[in-house]
Amino acid sequence: MKDWRYWLAEQRGTLLALGIFIVMFIIYTANHPAGFTANVVQTASNKGVLLAFVAMAQTLVVITAGIDLSVGMIFLLTNCLASWLVVGTPTQTALGVIAVLAVGLLCGAINGAIVIYGRLQPIVATIATGAVYYGVGLLLRPFPGGSVNEDLADALTGRVFGVVPASLVVLLAVVLVVWVPFSRSVLGRAAYAAGSSETAAYMSGVPIRRGKFAAYALAGLLAAIGGLFLTFFTYTGDAAYASGNAYTLFSIASVVLGGVSLFGGKGSAIGAIFGALAFRTIGDLLFVFDFDPLWQPLFQGVILLVAVSLGAFALFRVRNRLEWFL
Amino acid sequence: MSETTLNGIAGHMPKFIRRADPAVLTAFACIVLLLFVGSLYSRSFLSPEYLLQQLKVASFLGVIATGMMLVVLLGQIDLSVPWAVAAGAMMACAAAAYGPVGVALAIPFGILCGVGIGIVNGIGVAYLRIPSMIITLATNAVAQGLMVVYTGGYSPQDSATGAMRYLATGFIIPGVPNAVIIWALIGAAMVFVLTRTGFGRTVYGIGNRERAAYLSGIDTRRVVMIAFAVSGGLSAFGGVLLAGYASKAAQSMGDAYLLPSIAAVVLGGTSILGGRGSYLGTVAGVILITLLQSILSVMQMPEAGRQIIYGVVIVAMLLLYGRAPASR
Amino acid sequence: MNGAVPLFRMEGISKRYGGVRALEQAELTVEAGSIHAVLGENGAGKSTLIKVMAGVVAPDEGRMMLDGHEVTFASPGAANKAGIVCIFQELSLVPELSVADNIVISDPPTRFGMIDRKAQRRIAEEALARAGAADIHPLALVKDLPLSRRQMVEIAKALARKPRILILDEATSALTATDVSKIFGVLKRLRSEGLALLYISHRMNEIAELADQCTVFRNGRNVASYPAGSKSDNEVVELMIGREYSHIFPAKPPPVAATTAPVLEARKLSWTDRLDNISLSVRAGEVVGLGGLDGQGQRELLLAFFGVLRGLSGQILIDGKPVSIASPSKAREDGIGMALIPEDRKTEGLMLPMTVRENLSFAALDRLSKAGIIDRVTEQRLIDDMVGLLAIKTAGLDIPVGALSGGNQQKVVIAKWLMRQPRIILLNDPTRGIDVGTKQELYQLMRKLADAGAAILFYSTDYDELIGCCDRVLVLYDGAVKRELVGAEITERALISSALNIHESTMSQGADA
Repeated sequence: MKDWRYWLAEQRGTLLALGIFIVMFIIYTANHPAGFTANVVQTASNKGVLLAFVAMAQTLVVITAGIDLSVGMIFLLTNCLASWLVVGTPTQTALGVIAVLAVGLLCGAINGAIVIYGRLQPIVATIATGAVYYGVGLLLRPFPGGSVNEDLADALTGRVFGVVPASLVVLLAVVLVVWVPFSRSVLGRAAYAAGSSETAAYMSGVPIRRGKFAAYALAGLLAAIGGLFLTFFTYTGDAAYASGNAYTLFSIASVVLGGVSLFGGKGSAIGAIFGALAFRTIGDLLFVFDFDPLWQPLFQGVILLVAVSLGAFALFRVRNRLEWFL
Repeated sequence: MSETTLNGIAGHMPKFIRRADPAVLTAFACIVLLLFVGSLYSRSFLSPEYLLQQLKVASFLGVIATGMMLVVLLGQIDLSVPWAVAAGAMMACAAAAYGPVGVALAIPFGILCGVGIGIVNGIGVAYLRIPSMIITLATNAVAQGLMVVYTGGYSPQDSATGAMRYLATGFIIPGVPNAVIIWALIGAAMVFVLTRTGFGRTVYGIGNRERAAYLSGIDTRRVVMIAFAVSGGLSAFGGVLLAGYASKAAQSMGDAYLLPSIAAVVLGGTSILGGRGSYLGTVAGVILITLLQSILSVMQMPEAGRQIIYGVVIVAMLLLYGRAPASR
Repeated sequence: MNGAVPLFRMEGISKRYGGVRALEQAELTVEAGSIHAVLGENGAGKSTLIKVMAGVVAPDEGRMMLDGHEVTFASPGAANKAGIVCIFQELSLVPELSVADNIVISDPPTRFGMIDRKAQRRIAEEALARAGAADIHPLALVKDLPLSRRQMVEIAKALARKPRILILDEATSALTATDVSKIFGVLKRLRSEGLALLYISHRMNEIAELADQCTVFRNGRNVASYPAGSKSDNEVVELMIGREYSHIFPAKPPPVAATTAPVLEARKLSWTDRLDNISLSVRAGEVVGLGGLDGQGQRELLLAFFGVLRGLSGQILIDGKPVSIASPSKAREDGIGMALIPEDRKTEGLMLPMTVRENLSFAALDRLSKAGIIDRVTEQRLIDDMVGLLAIKTAGLDIPVGALSGGNQQKVVIAKWLMRQPRIILLNDPTRGIDVGTKQELYQLMRKLADAGAAILFYSTDYDELIGCCDRVLVLYDGAVKRELVGAEITERALISSALNIHESTMSQGADA
């Protein structure tokens, strides 16, 4: 086989997610009353980018064959924190952004430390830490409120050169600054290797623990970037339990749609981004077709159910039933 | 490791303690500690009325945690609890609006809806081999979607039937709330199933090593499926009781039961990896969680503080005795 | 080569797992520029020895010296850095990563902190070429490669680490004949380049061809060290097992009449590329062996009978009637009455944390229950019978089965199936890793069961067992039955030549077809 075929095989999940997204987005804009305008794209991308950041965060952990059920809560916590800190003069704002990101990183690091060094199961550990993060968020914002540096907010949720949504530019920057270096670093490879086969990775002298820890910590950071954006988008901080849970849930849906294997070791955050954008667009399709918004939760639930069931088709190729029981 | 020394010490203890899991003992010790701390705050904390009231509140969680435990013993998890609870409550109340037949069938109908959710989970986990964490999240979302569509996004107007109220708040034996009796009956049935039946043995076997259970000629998929159906049904039954307690169902009434039910099971010493755990531990976990909640509310701790303390307590206790073995 | 200080030396190494001694004051000296073969029965301590050398497990006591300096390895990575690289029996490749990723996995080339993919590709191609496996594409995912290719990648990966000491643990078990000869060429070249090679294999012919020095292990100790070729195979075998082995098998009864109808029969069974047109039959009272090199389809054949494999073509007949067995639960049903003693007792046969009692009754729960409720009296009676019949040594029925010795664990696996009184018993290498005494008991038991009318299909990686226990042996090669040996034809020579004599069989393939 030629090199490009291997590349294609590797990127199949990502390309599929991209394909689904493009098709859905065409249907969406074609039926949107305003059509394909810079405004429509801007609104869509602002909503999509929020989920994309949380989905990227989830990807990092899922690659290590773990799961982070606290990403939505880190997202909420950093939103609440940003509504206090990201205000004032440019210097104060910058310091505030740094502080918010640092808190996200810390939350992720706590998850990582508990799972890796405390040897607890990721599900239980992150449900529990999620409760803590939510509690802290609620402590910061018992009621929705607060504010954000609106100049910065408007700049980052607006358009660059009047055409390109600024949020997409930021997303691209985060991919280039966080994801690409991580995925190509020794630690990133360790995360993949640990997710695919922890024993084999250990036998090969791979720095498993550091790789997994980096993945959890960076997941916290990415969720915090999402939380910042939520603040820029809404100008307020709001510790809404249901919203945090929904983001955790949708992040898993996006990751699955994006071709990231829940068994670990396979997939890319870029796929998850397209998965997130596709998931958002599908959810919004209901609006352009004038459905009652009441149907949206059901519709999204069904998409999620179908998405996670799709992976099961590989099962029919299994010739040795013992492979069911890994 | 320290097992030998532990056995050495344990050798001098009465048999029932020797056989008990250290996790269960720790959980009971924590209950005693909580009661002590609570009694420092308020004299009435140790009064029989108060304790019975706590037991009654605990029984709703107890019913739900029973189903969760069955699933956790298999090495799986059921994250569809929130909306299985809500669906059970809402559907039972909804049935009550359909005349006398509806009233009569309200409770079984509510439970059946939960069983339905559980069966979807079971098909996904057992036959499609989808990780339980994922499929149950998905069915939870679907159940939520269905309920939102059904109720129009508002709290449903239908109220609980008399039977539901009687089960949750009545007294068939003077002084002992019916809810407690129900939990005791369900608990006893669960203990019997787990210790005396082939099904129970199989559950433990699958939790330990599904591959070995399968190669022993067990239809492991059917067992997993049944366990999820039971879990869904018990969650819904918990919802029915809660609706009876509050006289009606509410949108997010189940949210408050997911983390506590998992926490109760794992704090009671059931391994989250499956195959190990006793119902006694789950009972201890349920009471522990309920007392913790009660003390926090006696202390007038705001919701934020409760969530934080919750999370910290769970992580801390699991770090004490719920860790996976070291790799080397 | 014969410098005053050996390249590597282990002294007084001991390692215990729970109560089991895996290594007891073991010693080993490895010289540069030589191939050192390590021999021993399964469970003699070879694997543990290697794991200690490679930093996978820490020894309880003893010391290791490299170039005369004492060393300790905290992890496999540390051992690699010191130049000790091991190719493990269980593959240590990461399935979802590419071949190139895997080859450089322990020390990827980096540029500006990121992995340099071009350099990685170059290193991988070089290593593959050195291992004689240039046909493998560096970008292919390991999970997509067949087992024999994976093993070549494993070897290339080891070579890419520029080892001073290379350990091969049964590294040729899954290889094709062409690959084996290629690898031998590579190993000889490495020896001339001054590497020390430690070679673990059960295959005497490989050792004879390659080794300069041999060390025999038994019960966790090194019992003899000698230059290769200075002892006859028989002497070596005696060193390995420590006694004459001809006495330990029960006497065989006269052969079952060929006219007796078979209980279990296969007609033209094929499955993927692992089973190729297999036909065989087993009669009541017969012990039929499956021979051949490890991994030639024997395991798959047993799983096929037991209803585990999908997409099987051909026919399975029980008592002459075609049946379709879609699951183990079907296979154990009354009309069929099959039992499988699986390959790995720890993950497939037992639930280690569960009690002896629970494990013993697990496969017979349906028979022990009335309306789903276990009849404890019947359960107790049957368990007592089994514990007596197999002489299972246990401190009690309510202790975890994992606390038992390997031999007694295996007895529990067998006993749990005997509780159903099966008519057809499939055994997948049941004596692996268990002590000699228990082995003898199992041989006796097998014969006893056959005499009582069971049809037994017995796969063993140990040729002596096949010789000592079986009425007939079918030798498998590459998923097909290559030869059937009956009665006195079953000799070590015949077994080995039909299992290994690859060139003869390739030459005669035209005639077979």
